[in-house]
Amino acid sequence: MAVPILKQGDYLIASIQAALTDSEVLGLRDDLADQVGKFRSRGIVIDVTALDVIDSFVARSLRTIALTARLRGAETVIVGIQPDVAVAMVQFELNLEPLQTALDLEEGITVLQGATRGVDEDGR
Amino acid sequence: MADEIRIAIAVDPDMVKARAEGRALAARLGFSRTDATLVATAISEIARNMVVHADGGEIVMTPVYDDTRYGLVVVARDSGPGIRDIPAAMQDGYGSSSGLGLGLPGARRLMDEFRIESECGKGTTVTMKKWRVRDELERLREQRSGRG
Repeated sequence: MAVPILKQGDYLIASIQAALTDSEVLGLRDDLADQVGKFRSRGIVIDVTALDVIDSFVARSLRTIALTARLRGAETVIVGIQPDVAVAMVQFELNLEPLQTALDLEEGITVLQGATRGVDEDGR
Repeated sequence: MADEIRIAIAVDPDMVKARAEGRALAARLGFSRTDATLVATAISEIARNMVVHADGGEIVMTPVYDDTRYGLVVVARDSGPGIRDIPAAMQDGYGSSSGLGLGLPGARRLMDEFRIESECGKGTTVTMKKWRVRDELERLREQRSGRG
């Protein structure tokens, strides 16, 4: 099942609904890269609340999404990493740099607003 | 023990199934939610290794017991090309298709015991265990019910 991506103003919100297969993760990556251009989005929030496992493949894919989006002019924030998943990621020594994270969707939007405000003031 | 779980690993969705089964078994054995997540994550890594490098294989999960603790053992067996240099494969950054080159060493960090055997041209077997320490009360209860 493809991950639904909602457009909300300048931002895209990808809300993962259930555990994903590797190909679904890659599908999300490609869909987001597409839609950032299509909607001229300035930011992406990916809600991973429903993911009960974030392993090296998912972590690498999230990084790729963020780096790709940045090349297309958009910032990415990951929200909703569950506490047990966070512990596993630390013990695994997964490095998410330079991924930005926030606790939930609301926080994620706030982070994006902070990150894109400077650009707005410059008149673009 | 009848609680053995076998899962054939061939394609992508089998990995999702394997980690769900691993989590469920860990939960039935009384592991905390966090420990169950560690187990599920380690299973996800070794299952992906099998799909990517060995055209699949089989994962068997079984409860294990000894005097003071119990836990679960995960055995992942494939008949793929094998791993030529295991010490290198266990180093961070080795391999490119397995995430950040962290697959096997990451899985080892999540589990309590981790063993890998491989023969070139014959296949690879990964055996990993996670233990749950029983407290005094649990042990007394089991003795009383005749299991200890």
